[in-house]
Amino acid sequence: MRPDQEIIAQWIEPGSKVLDLGCGDGSLLHFLNSTRNVSSIGLEIDEVNIEKCIRNGVNVIEQNIDHGLSNFQSNSFDTALLAQTLQALSNPHLLIDEMLRIANRGIVTFPNFGNWKSRMYLSLRGRMPVSKFMPHQWYDTPNIHFCTVKDFDALCREKKIRVLERTVVDSRHQGNWAMKAWPNFLGEIAIYHISRK
Amino acid sequence: MPKSFPQDSVGLVSPTLYKFDEELELRSGKVLKRFELMVETYGELNAERSNAILICHALSGDHHAAGYHSADDQKAGWWDTCIGPGKPIDTNRFYVVSLNNLGGCAGSTGPVSTNPDTGKPYGPDFPVVTVRDWVKSQKMLMERLGIEKWAAVAGGSLGGMQVLRWAISYPQCLHNAIVIAAAPKLSAQNIAFNEVARHSITSDPNFHQGRYLEHNTLPKQGLMLARMVGHITYLSDSAMRAKFGKSIAEFEAQGTNFGRDLRTGKLSFGFNVDFQVESYLHYQGERFSENFDANTYLLMTKALDYFDPSVDYDGDLSKAFANSDCRFLVMSFSTDWRFPPERSKELVNSLLKAGKDVSYLEIDADEGHDAFLLPVPRYLNALSAFLGKVHEEVCSHAS
Repeated sequence: MRPDQEIIAQWIEPGSKVLDLGCGDGSLLHFLNSTRNVSSIGLEIDEVNIEKCIRNGVNVIEQNIDHGLSNFQSNSFDTALLAQTLQALSNPHLLIDEMLRIANRGIVTFPNFGNWKSRMYLSLRGRMPVSKFMPHQWYDTPNIHFCTVKDFDALCREKKIRVLERTVVDSRHQGNWAMKAWPNFLGEIAIYHISRK
Repeated sequence: MPKSFPQDSVGLVSPTLYKFDEELELRSGKVLKRFELMVETYGELNAERSNAILICHALSGDHHAAGYHSADDQKAGWWDTCIGPGKPIDTNRFYVVSLNNLGGCAGSTGPVSTNPDTGKPYGPDFPVVTVRDWVKSQKMLMERLGIEKWAAVAGGSLGGMQVLRWAISYPQCLHNAIVIAAAPKLSAQNIAFNEVARHSITSDPNFHQGRYLEHNTLPKQGLMLARMVGHITYLSDSAMRAKFGKSIAEFEAQGTNFGRDLRTGKLSFGFNVDFQVESYLHYQGERFSENFDANTYLLMTKALDYFDPSVDYDGDLSKAFANSDCRFLVMSFSTDWRFPPERSKELVNSLLKAGKDVSYLEIDADEGHDAFLLPVPRYLNALSAFLGKVHEEVCSHAS
């Protein structure tokens, strides 16, 4: 299990209900199902990933989360996950609202654009950062809403969302004391545990 | 010399007639004193009796879902695409049970059977049966076969509705529900098409209030028309275009006009067959009218119209599933306009509301409603993947 997924797993109550928005091949839900005994549903649009979910016995609904989540009842899940998907959404702020309508708690992970490498890339080269981790050009990237740790903190304040925990890791999903001290500068992936106030 | 069947076919099969001397009380309040069900099975039931899958047929289907009835048989069973060794419903792993539903005309008790009270064919006196009645009789068959719990119950269209009824009425009797190209109930448009079909049958002069067999005749014209209308709803516009049109490129190459692509030849300037789709519908309708019973067609369309499990639950379908304990796989096809993806989504949303284990796929396919019978790769792969997991979970204790 990837270190960021291990962090996420620690925040999931055993036996709880989990909704994974953009569940990929279902490996995180499969892990949670077997280690945390959760009941879970994943949403996904990629055909190959959907078939992998089914092969893994992970419940998966073919649904584009960018088209809304109105088919989900309020408070019908304990935790809604949004892993590495926030930056690809048309209306990330509205989806965060929807997550916290459907579930009591949310877990959001996203690439931190405030990371020093991005800052260096932009300031020295004068071009939009491209890396192994984020390999797309500005015109073909699915990631249309990049933000930084500070940006997301500000959004949470604005929306009166409580940040229960926040941690950052690097692109190999490892964390250290320096990243804890300067998350917006050193963290490459931000992981938030949030709830309604 | 016996013909060789494809490697992934169940090969030569023959049905078995099961007689039930118990009474079956129907939804309408009427009672069938005794009845018979025509059944085919494929594969072997394991020692634990845990690997059985029930197949539920659609409007014009029957027990013959896979394989061939004779060496000269041109056509395999109606779901041969999915059932066979190595196919998604893998007969090397599963014991597959398929029956002709009550009211059918392929061997199970129905309008063409003899009414024990009169000694004549039931005809129009055969009671209207509902999806619930079918499932009730399927449950009796299950007990007869010594199966306590189906590994899965699967069906497309009206067959999918039977699967839903299983999950609602007998939640303890199935591990998995596979619902393909179905709907939680019919739309006004669906019922309208069914009514056109019924009216064309009942207004045929040879219908004789349903007693055509006693008059030694058949309402062929009516049944043919009913089938033609039905057939249009099974295909998508694009599927018809592909099936009955020559490619536009062909015309461009010949330097001839567009617009002739659908024609069979020169225009007749009369009311003869000018277009390929016409001759196709005529052929399909005629063939059907010779092989299917008109009263059965009336019954089947009525069972469709009446299907709505939410009526017992204040119109809230999610409440109907409160006791369901199985995992659901729901699939729809993008160009299906008989039961479009939106109808499957309604169903999925009810299942989500009820907090059930459900997976949903919307398969991109050009073939319309008929896609569930056809080899659409993504559909077959998903079914294989799902049933692979089913086998691992509920059947693998055998080894």
